[in-house]
Amino acid sequence: MRKKIGLMDYGMGNVLSVSKAFEFLGADVVLSSEPAELAKSDAVVLPGVGNFGDGMTELSKRSLDAFTLSWIESGKPFMGICLGLQLLMERSEEAPGLAGLGVFKGDTLKFPKSDLKVPHMGWNQVEIRPAGAGRFSGVPDGSHFYFVHSYYVKPDDDNVVACTCEYGIEFAAALSSGNVFATQFHPEKSQECGLSLLRNFLETIGD
Amino acid sequence: MLKHRVIPIVLLDGYSVLKTIQFSTRRNLGNPITVARIYNTRNVDELVLLDIDASKYGEKIDEFTISEVASECFMPLTVGGGLRTCEDISSVLAKGADKVVLNTVLLDKPEFVAESSQQFGAQCIVASVDVRKSGDGRYEVYSHAGRDFDTPLLDWIMELEELGAGELLLNSVENDGLMTGYDLNLIHMVAETVSIPVVAAGGLSSPSDAVSAVDNGAAAVAAASVFHFTDITPDDLKLEMKSSGLPVRI
Repeated sequence: MRKKIGLMDYGMGNVLSVSKAFEFLGADVVLSSEPAELAKSDAVVLPGVGNFGDGMTELSKRSLDAFTLSWIESGKPFMGICLGLQLLMERSEEAPGLAGLGVFKGDTLKFPKSDLKVPHMGWNQVEIRPAGAGRFSGVPDGSHFYFVHSYYVKPDDDNVVACTCEYGIEFAAALSSGNVFATQFHPEKSQECGLSLLRNFLETIGD
Repeated sequence: MLKHRVIPIVLLDGYSVLKTIQFSTRRNLGNPITVARIYNTRNVDELVLLDIDASKYGEKIDEFTISEVASECFMPLTVGGGLRTCEDISSVLAKGADKVVLNTVLLDKPEFVAESSQQFGAQCIVASVDVRKSGDGRYEVYSHAGRDFDTPLLDWIMELEELGAGELLLNSVENDGLMTGYDLNLIHMVAETVSIPVVAAGGLSSPSDAVSAVDNGAAAVAAASVFHFTDITPDDLKLEMKSSGLPVRI
């Protein structure tokens, strides 16, 4: 049976490429902003590009914040991409005083001032950590992924870091814990390596 | 560390692929979806799709083509051709584009860079600058609409950066399609003047040209003819760049 991906539509950036990538891998994608509709899927994906504060506001407008938390609590597969990773943290320097989803303890921080350009945009290599072993199955250490971001996540618990990337500083490029996987980079724009990650994610859905 | 990109450019005249020589003589090369599919299998770093007739005819790049390409090419996609408003940009982004190339519109309305950059983020806005040499050898900004554009090149690119362009796509009209090498002086001059990434285009003939372009300050190298008409592939460029010690994604 084809696996069904619930793709959260909350007005934050382009979701088409994520949708096309999962379809390319043989899944059905339901793009929706309705918790009831998303709840019918086998796995839920939170994509997104843009501002942390706007993202939280748009999620809560649609009750998707509560939905995300209860979905994750249920133990079913969940994936966040880019802003969809940052929103899982407790807070962000991009929107001081505003609470994030708090799925991971820790912060979303701005890249420190340096000669390096922000946003960090382009192809960069990741170093896979033990927490990412299954998620990155079939993806060689040092593979390149496509990044576009000005903020990065810093979880309190280093053991949830699935891979790291280096851009002036070393930062967490993906987090993984139980049923939750989230990437700072865009797997849907990262050619074969990105598709492998999405394929691995689909495989975490039981048959 | 970020990698230097190798970017094939696919030019369209509405619905089919073509390649020009010095912006005029055209050769038709068939279906854009097929061409994009080949680049996808070649694992390129980014693809640029440009409709070079859209502005002239008051149209914009075909959205069906964008979404078909985006359906099977899982890489950053940059599109341009006749995009004049934020609504135009929104609609191509919704079809799967990641960045847009602005060119003709900027000659009339440079402030559109600021407006679009504010709305979509500088990372989304690529300002394209076509340059030719005037009779006395000075570089000047070439206008597709055929009208006079008097702003000196360096003033123009500084203005584009100031207004919020995230990247410059720099093309040499004289070198376009000839495969005789990039205009390295031009690349050097432009890259020295702005701090945003400069994507070199126009004339690449061999893998070593890619190295020279980066040595002269280009952040990325773009090409079309050499991939359409010779057996050189994007990977050949990257291997040469790598062996010269430049960071690339292999």
